[in-house]
Amino acid sequence: MPRLAVRPATLVLHAALVAVAGLTVAPLAWMVSASLMPTGSATTYPPALLPHPVTLVHYRELFTRLDVARELANSTLIAGLITASSLLINSMAGYAFAKLRFPGRDRLFGFILLGLFIPPQVAMLPLFVMMREAHLVNSYAAVILPSMASVFGIFLVRQYVLGIPDELLDAARVDGAGELRIYWSIIVPLCAPVLVTLAVFVFMSAWNDFMWPLIVLTDGAKYTLPVGLANLAREHVQDAELMMAASVVTLLPVLALFVALQRYYVRGITAGAVKG
Amino acid sequence: MTTAGRGGPGAQAARRAALLLLAPGLLLITVTFLLPAAASLLLSLSDFDLYAVAVPADARVVWLRNYVTLVESPLFWAAFRNTLYFVLVGGPLSVLVSLGAALMLSADGVRLRTLFRTVYFAPVVTTLVAVAVVWKYIYAPQIGLLDTGLRWLGVAPVDWLGSAAWAMPSLIVMNVWKNFGYNMIIFVAGLQAVPTELYDAARVDGAGAWQRFWHVTLPSLAPTFLFVSITTMIGALQLFAEPYVMTQGGPLHATLSLVLYMFDQGFAFWHIGYAAGIAVVLFLLTLAGAAVQLRARRAPAAI
Repeated sequence: MPRLAVRPATLVLHAALVAVAGLTVAPLAWMVSASLMPTGSATTYPPALLPHPVTLVHYRELFTRLDVARELANSTLIAGLITASSLLINSMAGYAFAKLRFPGRDRLFGFILLGLFIPPQVAMLPLFVMMREAHLVNSYAAVILPSMASVFGIFLVRQYVLGIPDELLDAARVDGAGELRIYWSIIVPLCAPVLVTLAVFVFMSAWNDFMWPLIVLTDGAKYTLPVGLANLAREHVQDAELMMAASVVTLLPVLALFVALQRYYVRGITAGAVKG
Repeated sequence: MTTAGRGGPGAQAARRAALLLLAPGLLLITVTFLLPAAASLLLSLSDFDLYAVAVPADARVVWLRNYVTLVESPLFWAAFRNTLYFVLVGGPLSVLVSLGAALMLSADGVRLRTLFRTVYFAPVVTTLVAVAVVWKYIYAPQIGLLDTGLRWLGVAPVDWLGSAAWAMPSLIVMNVWKNFGYNMIIFVAGLQAVPTELYDAARVDGAGAWQRFWHVTLPSLAPTFLFVSITTMIGALQLFAEPYVMTQGGPLHATLSLVLYMFDQGFAFWHIGYAAGIAVVLFLLTLAGAAVQLRARRAPAAI
């Protein structure tokens, strides 16, 4: 009897789940479909839903006539360097805040946590003036430097390292290992899961970052994919299929990364939420 | 007791190591974030402009003049109103959709739970600029995917991004689509943390499904709600890429946000002192919003 009573509700629930999934996927599916259509098919009336015939001409144009190959390389280089440096720098600081005793530690940690309440845009005008004074405007360094360390990254590593038992570190100290040695040979290997989480987070936000690169990169040759795409979208408004192909190229790498490593990514979200 | 915790050579070594390990991170955060953020306040009291960008010493202190100009500017108030519209309508809507999706995913007997979760989450990781470009075409009048679908349902087409009344709601809908998966994950974790004994007890007391939701689920989610609504508000206040890509702040400034206004003033017109005043307003709004929510929810949110 309970089985029969539950069934209609379960059916409605699954219908709703499928409907929401359809709405979620539709824009992305249309993007892929339109990117494969001959020029003009996506913006005629009535608009085509499926490409007929399928063509790769827009992708070819992006990589031959336009600068997408270079933007892809710029984005990969910038996001890669940001990820590598932030793994090192945030894990060092996270370990120190979790396990090393020094006067004022917890007050200092509390102070930098306040940084989470400051919108990054608040810092951008003075930061731009500083970058100009340092002759770094329109350099990769200007994009990379502000993302190499983050309050969130330090927080994430610290919470994880707090869970590592002190006895383990004490045993190493008794054996004569210094704190830096302990960090490198014990903490870093034990932190592998949280470091993967951090890497996925940092890489994605560096890849998707828009406003600061838009401000500080002035030369098209240095543009990242999102900056190049926003620029392209203003010049080629009528060329919908080309824009869709450029959007696919921009977001496919991060989407693929997410599908491959989503377990780690999701863990990072809930870890950040536990203690707010 | 850790040896590093006691006085003596161990403690000294720990202090030295801490300094070494913390220095790069704290230096970078201070120089590229905390100091510039504080400098915005000083900059907002100056007439820093294009000439000062070349020779910073040329900037003069003008005290509150930028703020006087700000409150007298109709554009500033348009940006202020639009941003609040986006935060106060888009924020709660997005949180509700996230909660709804989380409840559906967490219901008993759901098949393919992981697949649905992955699909719902996918827009979160996509590049905002890229999906803003896609949605611009979806919202295209007559020939866009949305108007085509509506015509199929017998609804008259709308020029979504070209109408001052519909442009902001359109940005809100796109934003909900893009972001609901993020808070959904947090709600799913919050739902899993509700002790099952509470449900059992409510059932013993004869509570129906709706009563259990209202009296057990929702109160248990209070800390989750607090976290989610504060982070969502902070993010919504920073609205920028969507209007930059989709509407350029139009039509008739209907989607001009505070950050877009700051960007235009600061980096298109080089009114850097004035734009810094807008940044300070953004910061104060963020603080005020967080303070209001922390106060309103303090009692039930005790963790």
